[in-house]
Amino acid sequence: MTAAATEAAVRRRPGHALFARPELGSVVGAVAVLVFFAVVADSFLRPAGLSTVVYAASTIGIMAVPVALLMIGGEFDLSTGVMVTTSALVSSMVSYQLTANVWVGVGVSLLATLGVGLFNGWMLTRTGLPSFIITLGTFLMLTGLNLGATKLISGTVSTPSIADMEGYGSAGALFASQLTFGDDVRLRVTVLWWLGLTALATWVLLRTRAGNWIFAVGGDAEAARAVGVPVARTKIGLYLGVALCAWILGQHLLFTYGVVQSGEGVGNELIYIAAAVIGGCLLTGGYGSAVGAAVGALIFGMTSKGIVYAQWDPNWFTFFLGAMLLLATLLNAWIRRRSEATA
Amino acid sequence: MTSAETGAVAVPSADAPLLALEEVAKSYGNVRALHGVSLTVEPGSVTCVLGDNGAGKSTLIKIVSGLHRHDGGRYRIDGREVRLGSPREALDAGIATVYQDLAVVPLMPVWRNFFLGSEPHTGRGPFRRLDVRAMRAATRDALRRMGIDLRDVDQPIGTLSGGERQCVAIARAVHFGARVLVLDEPTAALGVKQSGTVLKYVAAARDEGLGVILITHNPHHAYLVGGRFVLLQRGAMAGSYAADEIGLDELTRQMAGGSELDELRHELRHDPRGEAQSS
Repeated sequence: MTAAATEAAVRRRPGHALFARPELGSVVGAVAVLVFFAVVADSFLRPAGLSTVVYAASTIGIMAVPVALLMIGGEFDLSTGVMVTTSALVSSMVSYQLTANVWVGVGVSLLATLGVGLFNGWMLTRTGLPSFIITLGTFLMLTGLNLGATKLISGTVSTPSIADMEGYGSAGALFASQLTFGDDVRLRVTVLWWLGLTALATWVLLRTRAGNWIFAVGGDAEAARAVGVPVARTKIGLYLGVALCAWILGQHLLFTYGVVQSGEGVGNELIYIAAAVIGGCLLTGGYGSAVGAAVGALIFGMTSKGIVYAQWDPNWFTFFLGAMLLLATLLNAWIRRRSEATA
Repeated sequence: MTSAETGAVAVPSADAPLLALEEVAKSYGNVRALHGVSLTVEPGSVTCVLGDNGAGKSTLIKIVSGLHRHDGGRYRIDGREVRLGSPREALDAGIATVYQDLAVVPLMPVWRNFFLGSEPHTGRGPFRRLDVRAMRAATRDALRRMGIDLRDVDQPIGTLSGGERQCVAIARAVHFGARVLVLDEPTAALGVKQSGTVLKYVAAARDEGLGVILITHNPHHAYLVGGRFVLLQRGAMAGSYAADEIGLDELTRQMAGGSELDELRHELRHDPRGEAQSS
């Protein structure tokens, strides 16, 4: 035994592995929120209530998971909320204006949304500016573009309905269908997307080379580059992942209602980031988990609907969101001090 | 790597040194950071590059490891002239660099750091995945061979001491079949005991047949393991000596600035005996 080995053995504490899990804080929080609303709101734990809660969680989770991966990779994206709306608008507009099968619009929307993600990632890696600034720019531009272009083309702030167009049924089945079990248990297809994306993201993070690279470029981009990790390619890939998920959620919104309100989505980017942070992602990058972000989304889903079931003023939701965020950040800072303590 | 070989003129020969720099130069804008620096690295030998802060050591290391392209002179690997465009090209040519600060990602587990950038795969198609079991085992074995017995390769590498981290980085380079190991100030931030441990691994790597470039400003550490000493001063070469051509005292004196040190001593000492000693 060398001195170094003895030191290493002494430094290992029992229970360290559990404490090192990034999603620990969010799981504890989720259980607390669940118990709280189960007590104060009668209908919360009924099948209909839970169906609604899980659906709300899924529409946040579909974005929170890729945003978490991006944050682990050390970057922000403030344009995610309006990007979802942009994606839905492009599908709707293209289909309606060309009087084409809606799948044409859906395809064009995929390319356009990936284009926005590529723009974010390319600008970041080419200019070296902070992603906060670049995506703030994208956020503002898309916000204006969504409203301006919609008004210019359709004369109002919402799109004309495409519900009677060819292909609406099959696209709706993929993005906005629901399964009903018994009388009141409804499972929205977004829940499957949410769980599927969480599983896929977890697999990528923990069991693939790309996942190793994501942790590395967020933890120390210079060190990663020095050992041969393609830093720019990894970061651009993360922005494309965010865009892909924005497309999925955008199509869901479109095929749920048939119309899109062009002013929607503003502010949602912060909810996605908050869910990722509550799930254990460090704002400085290099640490976090997809499962944590999914649990963070569940907390927000439970809260937003729980407040309604408890018959409180829904405005309390944002207060709660802020309080959870602060608590989670404090917990994250504490965890980091424990796991990063250098000799 | 075609881009690494562009401009190749020399035919590789069996007896060419592993790595050779000939009159290499590098400027950043108008600032001439390095000029006229030559050195060779042979298998199983340690070439020490000594110099004060700002002497051009970092620039030299960046050229050798592929972070920067040199803009004058020649850089040969196995006698073949190269212009490395990225650290990946340097790694593919067998040149591994252990940086003082950016050798590892602190929050990542030891085993993930060990294989970062060269991760082994198992499985096919969509089931292609990291060979986690093999990665953990290989990390543990490679470290044990270097005399570090980590029971938990899952701990974040940031929890290891500075010396241990250096050793992990050296073990990583040896494991991946590096032929040339470039060490940037490996003992700069370490205590006496940990420095000794790191130097032991430098010697171990040398004895395994690797060519080592050891960058340091500590002549005592250099003299313990070095076979050749290259002195840098203000971006230029101030001397190059084999170990049997120069003693530790002379090396220390040259390293500290030679005649400049004599002048400084003169200024600092009011005692007249100081003048007698300084000659």
